[in-house]
This record gives sequence, structure tokens and C-alpha cells, in this order.
Amino acid sequence: MSLEFDRKIHAALTNRKQQLAIFSATGKMKEGREAATAASVLPDYQELRTQANALKKHTIDHLDFYLEEFERNVEAAGGKVIWAKDATEVADFVLSLARERDARLIVKSKSMTSEEVDLNERLEHHGLEAVETDLGEYIIQLAGERPFHIVGPALHKDRYDVADIFEKRLGIGRETVIENQAAIARARLRQKFLAADIGMSGANFLVADSGAVVIVENEGNARLATTAPRIHVTVAGIEKVIPRAQDLAVFLKLLARSATGQAFSVYTSFLNGPRRPGEIDGPEEFYVVLLDNGRTRLLPDRGKRQSLYCIRCGACLNTCPVYRRIGGHSYPWVYAGPIGAILTPQFLGTAHEPALPFASSLCGACAEVCPVKIDIPRILLELRSEVRKSEAREKRGALRTRAEKLAFRAFAWMATHPRVYALAAPIGVALMPGWLRERFGLSEPPARTFRQLWSRR
Amino acid sequence: MSGRVSLFVTCIVDQLFPEIGLSMAAVLERLGYKVDFPERQTCCGQPAFNNGYWAEARAVARYFLDTFEGCETIVAPSGSCTAMVVNHFAELFRKEPATLARVEALRRRVWEFSAFLTECAGVEDVGARFPGVVTFHDGCHALRELGIRGGPRRLLAHVRGLELRELEPAGECCGFGGTFAIKFDELSRDMAAAKVDAIVRTGADAVVSLDPSCLMQIRGALARAGAPVRALHLAEVLASA
Amino acid sequence: MSRESILHRVRTALGRLEGEAIADPPDVRLSVPAMEREARIAGVRRAVEALAGKTHRAANAEKARTLVSDMLAGRSAVASNAPFLAECGIPNLPGVAGGFPDGAVLREACASAAVGITSADYALADTGTLVLLSSREEARMISLLPPAHIAVVPAGRILTGLDELFTVLPLPARSTSSMVMITGPSRTGDIEMTLVRGVHGPGELTVIVVG
Repeated sequence: MSLEFDRKIHAALTNRKQQLAIFSATGKMKEGREAATAASVLPDYQELRTQANALKKHTIDHLDFYLEEFERNVEAAGGKVIWAKDATEVADFVLSLARERDARLIVKSKSMTSEEVDLNERLEHHGLEAVETDLGEYIIQLAGERPFHIVGPALHKDRYDVADIFEKRLGIGRETVIENQAAIARARLRQKFLAADIGMSGANFLVADSGAVVIVENEGNARLATTAPRIHVTVAGIEKVIPRAQDLAVFLKLLARSATGQAFSVYTSFLNGPRRPGEIDGPEEFYVVLLDNGRTRLLPDRGKRQSLYCIRCGACLNTCPVYRRIGGHSYPWVYAGPIGAILTPQFLGTAHEPALPFASSLCGACAEVCPVKIDIPRILLELRSEVRKSEAREKRGALRTRAEKLAFRAFAWMATHPRVYALAAPIGVALMPGWLRERFGLSEPPARTFRQLWSRR
Repeated sequence: MSGRVSLFVTCIVDQLFPEIGLSMAAVLERLGYKVDFPERQTCCGQPAFNNGYWAEARAVARYFLDTFEGCETIVAPSGSCTAMVVNHFAELFRKEPATLARVEALRRRVWEFSAFLTECAGVEDVGARFPGVVTFHDGCHALRELGIRGGPRRLLAHVRGLELRELEPAGECCGFGGTFAIKFDELSRDMAAAKVDAIVRTGADAVVSLDPSCLMQIRGALARAGAPVRALHLAEVLASA
Repeated sequence: MSRESILHRVRTALGRLEGEAIADPPDVRLSVPAMEREARIAGVRRAVEALAGKTHRAANAEKARTLVSDMLAGRSAVASNAPFLAECGIPNLPGVAGGFPDGAVLREACASAAVGITSADYALADTGTLVLLSSREEARMISLLPPAHIAVVPAGRILTGLDELFTVLPLPARSTSSMVMITGPSRTGDIEMTLVRGVHGPGELTVIVVG
């Protein structure tokens, strides 16, 4: 693996304070999910997962149809759809819109897609103020960090960290009481909401038959960001489309339960177009930016296409023994945990971090909790095979990778030649280094192999 | 009970834990099965498969098919090796219809040991005796890939003198994951240490598992922690009389 | 243009032609259990209270008015234009401002009011969810900006759950540019997973079921 990855993992494992924070936070969410999806509480849970998977499969398999339907319905309601093939096009659109409308201040609600395209950096570079309004996102924006977890961006920070950040970045006295910290953020952000020219959001779902954007949240910052400013811009990956409003009857029953264990999150907004004649408030302009950014590269592969079903609930992160120990910042890209481990190589290429698909014991806990039944372990295995194939293609690969390939070739040869196997395997065992023996509690190699003992019966 | 059962002992058991294979054979014979051991067996190919060396894994898998397809019933003391044959061979040969057909024909006859007992033989009491407090570690392959959960517990419930206590948290990976344990050593050890903590909290004298690879991982961690707990395969417990 | 190139890439990846028809999406069976009025009311109340909201039952419009008046206890409030609120005489209560036709003025009022009072288009019995459709009668800000929210809901508008909502309103976009489902008071756990209410929406939610 890259030194970077190795270093980050080690740093995470030796940071006791962070370990405790992640483990406890993800533990709460994990327990919440278990309680909310227990058979006695949600008897249909497994059936809902199957339905959700089927709906996503159908949609992704016919994605062009649904994207066009979505676009038609957004425009019928007076909104506009912008198609962005990459990060630059997203930023270009927002910047030109801001220029045309003389906008300076943008308030944003949580959007991993916006992180994916480094939108804030680009906007700030051009003199716009882009303020994150989700409390966790606000904190990490002030800290200059990336989100640590899809649902809890600042879960690695404790109140003292937050006090430090607020003191330094907001120029206020030190405040360590959590309720007061939240109140400070609320007051500051309230001003921003009411003064902002543009509100930006992500979308949990894009509803094709309605041209609607669905946003799920607990705080109300997304509602404020999409209600107070004159202009609402949604940035969402093309894979967020679902066919019909009624399909939400399946997805909404799974999303919050899988994320935190709530039956529903506090606010679910179903937004379609700018405000209508007669409506008293709401944005006057409504834009949806449909982002590709590599998603079309995942589509051709029928086996791995399911990676696009993800509804960003975070359940896989909360249950993964690896994520729960190494945390979000150890992953090489914005998406962490099991979903991050399969998206990153597919978006950025396996060479970006060849060790990533191997950073898993393949325990399968993620697949068990995924509300849309993405078979993550299977995709990890396929990605491993792809890493090996590309290593084999390199004429002058690293010595270690060539040695490993040779070792497995030798193993395969041995395992298909029984007499060699019978002779050579015990020798291999006898030659096992001490550290390996100690590692697995093996004292002495057995005097006889099973086959030897059996033949003596 | 009668019929013939062929042992697929797995390379780990053959080379490192022969007593597990002997225990499994003893239990099957006690139940009246005629047990044979196809001598030319080697490995299921899982190490190569898990590491992404699928061409090599295919070679080993084909050899496995050659070795075992003549057998009526095959039993293995390992959830992960059984899962490899039953779930992953099909993936390896997705593009080879002829081999895929052979896989389909064979996979229904390959059983993880505890599942063989409870589902094929329909037996829960094998006449075993093992006084002591025991806890059970659900290996991930057996639990999630093969859906094995209640069976081993029912088998243990019938062992005379045995008190079973559940691990809390349950269903957590021991951290072995094949070469994961080597390549991500620190992480793997951390997972093993958490498993040992949970085991020790039960106050059990022994931890039982269906998977020799889990046992290896746990045994190492128990030794490092200085915990006087034995790590045993289910077959060893069931063979005790 | 990116639109064409993205759609082209999608079609190529999926092996589909432009304008090619599709099979129907999988069926979503919506189930609406039989539920007596009293059970619906009890359901809403139980669910809202489990989320640290408050609930009351008012036998009629008059009683609802009294309840709201008591609850306000001198605090300033903004009421929506919902006909049901007018029926209850709530916009006439002292300290309650209402009838804002203009979003900008309304927003100012909401920003300084202590309480926002709305009705609701529906409520869901299983989760205690309020469903508010933005319209001439219900502005968005009233249930959002003030730190407390009181929703006065006729019992007849209580549905059994999400399935029934999508049965009676399969295409919300036909009716409104904004349908919001509110389940409990605003909350966050973003700092040390410690629950804090009222960031950024109302931290206090009261549902009065009338009838």
C-alpha cells in the first residue's frame, strides 16, 4: 500500500481519543439501526431492502430515460436542469449564476457530492463566501477539514476541539458547553441564511415523475437554505434518480432507520421548482445540477454498477470494523468506509490507492446492513482481481508485487500437484518464521499432517 | 444414519490442525457414516481468490472439482472454505459454462461440518461430553455467507456438562481475513484484541468456532493477552465423550 | 454540450437507444391499514411525545383557541393563513400576527417571533409526522424560523402512515412546490453525539389535535 495510507491507518490506530470518539459515535448509530430495523419493530425490513434494490436496479438500468423524465418535469415546473460532466462545470455554472445575479453569499446544506467536486474551494477562490450550515459541516469548514463521516461530519471532534475552533476562527471567548456551542452556531448561521443570495443543497433523491428534489435532514438547515434565499441550486449525482414519488414509501422507510435508527429524520423536503403564484415564500429560481464526474464510467460494468445504488445512509460505515477503527480521514477520497472503498477505485482508478480494496477482512457486515443490498464484499473481491491484473500489465512492477504474484503461482502449482503438495507443504510449515508462529498462536508444527495420520489408521 | 461422507479437511487443518480433521471424522463415524479421505485433495483456492489472483484460483478450483466431483457428500471443518466452493466458484467460472455446470452439480453436496450435522444428518445430539463454560465465535463466512447461526448453538446445547455463554458484542469479525492479517497487521490485531476482550468478559474456559482460520487468529491474540482460554473447533468439542 | 455527451455515455453504457421505451418499474404496494379515528389520534400523540414534542387534544375549535392562547402566554407569534386556524380564531389572539401576503415581510416577522403557528395538510399516525404543503395558506417560514412551532390539526386529516400519504397524494408536485414532512423538533447530534434541540429549526414542537 502507499506509505500515505499506511501512515494514516497507523496514526488513526494510535490516536486513542479519536478511536474512542469514532467507536462510540458509530456504535450509537449502529445500535440505533439495529433497534429500528428489528423484526418486531419493522417486520417488512428485509422485503423493503429487496424492493429498494429492485427499484434502484430498474432505475440505473434505464437511467437515461429517468434523467430525461426528471428534466422535463423540473422544467415544466419552472426550474432548470444543468448537466455537468465534472467538477469544473459545476463550479462554472455556480460562478456564472452568481455573477449574473450579483450574488456574494451562498449558504450550503450537507452534500457529499459538493465535497466530491471541491466546490467550496473553487467558489472561495473566486471571491464568493460559501458557508456550510449543517452544524458538523460548519465546524469542519472552520477547521479546514474534510467530513469524517457521511452523516456525522465532525464526529471525531470533541467539545474542546470545537471550543478551540470557534475561539480561533470566530474570534470569540472559549465556550466548552455543547448546548452553548450549538447556540453560537445557530445565531451566526441564522444571519447567513437570511442574508444569502443563493442556497445550495444536495439531494437524497431526484424524483423523475415529479421533477422533485428530496432532502432528508434533522436540523432544518437544508430547509432554511432552500427557502430563505431567492435562488436554490441543487447539486446531485445522476444516480440519485428514482422513478416515482410513491417509491419514497420504500426508501424513506429505510433511510433514517439505516442511518441513525430514527423512523424518519426530522425534516424531509420534497421540492419542485421555484415558488408558485400564490405561494408566499420560497425561492424564485430553482436549478438542479446533474453531475456525472465519473459515474458514467461505472455504468458499463453490470457486476459493479450496483455501487451506484447507494443512498448515502452511512450504515456500512457504522458497522465496518475497519472504518470504526481508522475513521473517515484515513480513506484517500471524500467517500469513506465500505462504500468509499468500492467507489474510490471505480471513480479514480485502482492505481489511486491499490491497497484500498484489500483493507477489509471481507466480514460482510456492510452487505448485511445496506438498505439497497449492494454486495460490497463481492465488489471488493472484483476490484482486488483488477488490481492484480493491472499489476501484471506493468512490465517493471515493484519487487514485492512481483514476488507475491510468483508466490501465488507457486502455490497454485503446488495445489494442483498432490505429490508435490504432500511433500512441500509440511516443509513450508516447518520453515514458518517465529513471528508468524507467534502471531497465530502456533507452537510447534504438528508432528504429522492429517493425511499422514489418516493413512496410518 | 448411514451413507458415505468424504472429508475435505482444508489445507489449514491438514497442515496445522490435524486434530480437527480427526475429531470431525470421529464424530461422523460415531454417527454411523462411512468416512473417506480423497487423498489427492489440497486446497479450495481461497487464498489466491481473496488476493485477486483469480487465474491461479481457477486452476486450484478446477483441481478441486476433479478431486471431489465423484464424491456423494463432502464435509469440511471450515465455513470459509465451504463458502469458497459453494458461493465463489460460480464467480470464478462465470465465463466458462462447462465448468460452471460442474460447479452447480457439486456445490449442493458440499457442507460445512455443523450444517451437515443439523441439516443433512438431522442430528443435534452427537453424544458428546465437555464440562465447562464455553462461548461461541461466529466466523463471518459461516454466519453471513452460509447463514449458519442456530445450528452450532443447538449442537452445543446438547453437549453434556457444557454451559454456553454468548459473546457481546456478537457477530464481530475476529480480524483474520486471510492476508489482511498480515498486510494490515496492526488493524487485524486491534480487531483480535477486541474479540479477546469479549471472550474474557464471558468468563468462558474455551471459545469455540467453526473456522480454523478464526481459531488461529484468536489463539494468537489470547496468548498475547495472557488469557487462559482455549480456542477449539466445534469438531473437537463434539468429539469429546 | 454536456447534456448530450452525458446522456450518450449513459446510453452507450447501458446498451440503450435514444428514445427507447422501458419496462414498468417494480410495483410498490402501498398498504393502508384500517385504523379508527381514536387510534389515529392516539398514534400521533404517542409518536410526537416520544420525540420530545408536546401534544394536546382539543374537542373543538373554541377549545383549541383557548389552548393556544394559554400556550402563548404573552409570547409573540406568527400564524399562517390556514383557513382552519381562522376557524379556530387563532390569528385574532393577542400577540399573534398573521395574514402576511408578502414573503419578505413575513420573514422579518418570523425572525423575531417566538412562536410560529400553522395547521397541517396531513399528519401521520405511526410516526407523528406533520405534512405541510406550501401554498397561499401555509408559508414555509412559519414552521421554520421561530424557535417554537405549534401545529393545529383537525383529527380528520390524520392518515395511517406514509403509504396512505402517497395513496392520497401520489404526485405532490401537482399541488405545491414544497411539501415538508416534519417529525419532531429540530435536533442535531453533531458534537459528541450529544442531542441538542432547536438547531436550526424550531426546538419546541406542539401538536394540537382538534376533534
